Amino acid sequence: MSAPLLAVLDYGIGNLHSAHQSFNHVGADARLTADPGLIAEADAVVLPGVGHFGACMQALHDSGLVESTLAAAADDRPFIGICVGMQMLYEGSTEAPGVAGLGILPGTIDRIDTSSEPGLVLPQMQWNELRPTVADEPLLAGLDGAWMYFVHSFAAPATDDVIATCDYAGPVTAAARRGTVWATQFHPEKSARSGLRLLTNFVDLARAGADDRTEVPA
Amino acid sequence: MSAVVRVIPCLDVDGGRVVKGVNFVDIRDAGDPVELAARYDQQGADELVFLDITASSDDRDTTVDMARAVAEQVFIPFTIGGGIRSVADARRLLRAGADKVSINSAAVKRPELVAEISSEFGAQCCVVAIDARRSEATASGFEVYVKGGREATGIDAIEWAARVVELGAGELLVTSMDRDGTRDGFDLPLTSAISAAVEVPVIASGGVGGTADFAPGATEGGATGLLAASIFHFGESTVAEVKSALGEAGVRVRPAD
Repeated sequence: MSAPLLAVLDYGIGNLHSAHQSFNHVGADARLTADPGLIAEADAVVLPGVGHFGACMQALHDSGLVESTLAAAADDRPFIGICVGMQMLYEGSTEAPGVAGLGILPGTIDRIDTSSEPGLVLPQMQWNELRPTVADEPLLAGLDGAWMYFVHSFAAPATDDVIATCDYAGPVTAAARRGTVWATQFHPEKSARSGLRLLTNFVDLARAGADDRTEVPA
Repeated sequence: MSAVVRVIPCLDVDGGRVVKGVNFVDIRDAGDPVELAARYDQQGADELVFLDITASSDDRDTTVDMARAVAEQVFIPFTIGGGIRSVADARRLLRAGADKVSINSAAVKRPELVAEISSEFGAQCCVVAIDARRSEATASGFEVYVKGGREATGIDAIEWAARVVELGAGELLVTSMDRDGTRDGFDLPLTSAISAAVEVPVIASGGVGGTADFAPGATEGGATGLLAASIFHFGESTVAEVKSALGEAGVRVRPAD
């Protein structure tokens, strides 16, 4: 049971340390890095993000990591975007009109519609219950109905990539997956035991992928 | 469905150790921040607030070290407030692992700081703490106080709430200085007036004396965060007991399992 190497992309925005520390806590060798070489050789790649969609995209461009990010998402290594890191995987966001996202997942991020429940404020800053929308999703193993911590005013569209929602004046996209690219709108690194379980599931995926790659052909 | 209300233990920190002032004057040592944070996490706390009351700015490095130690071992969101006067102060705490910073006196002195922190790190990590007292000096009857509730500012607390949200505050931590330490329950007129004036989450603080005091902060006060300190620190009530009282009162909470 080796510790899989996780590259947590360090592109100069706010608090990236909790993502990095929490992955180490569940048995990964997570490194906060902006080194394209390390990103290319890692067993899995993590794209965190907090704050404004436009500011995060700008910071990713400024750090010169867009190419490494696209390459990591395109190959078969597990990749996960968290919070605004999830939103950046889409084509764009109405939070920053005219700013292109990475376009790895189709669709545009939009403000959560709370008009049906005027009592609910934005951001959604609370714990909420995860409702998986697909069966047997390995990232969400053991997490049906688990409570996760959300802080966001914008969310991903209801496309075929959605694997879980939460209820905030209606269903809101909580997690998505396309191939080996996963994404969570909530913060697993801040979601106590449930969050650590999800991170463990991701590290298991990274470990399985690493084992496959190191298998010596007979 | 209504909001899921957060139960938030608050820990006062001096030189890296947790203390709790009764009416902000007498102070008793109540333990190690990392151990306490882990205990509250186990009890089902939804977030934590650390209020740094360290007097000397030289000693504030201990607060940064504390933030780092907590972030390494406790995986729920936490806010640090007290002594933050600049974007650089905020950056040090956020980079050490704090999820949000809370500013109070420094915002009163220089409101632009709210905008600066909000635009640099995002509104989600910019909390403005408002300490208010009932007063005849302002239109709403609530006045902003600074320096731990000792110094009046002449600023109307409700107008101030709206202004800091306009400047970029993503959340307000509203403490009634009249109720703080009294155990008479939250100041509900203050909490509800501020909740009605802004469209960001409001945390009610000051006055909790028992588990039954929490629910009115949400149902009548409109707060989505409910903060208390001494009732938790001295083992009178656990977070789980508070959550079960909230559930019985019809307030949605994350179960404490």
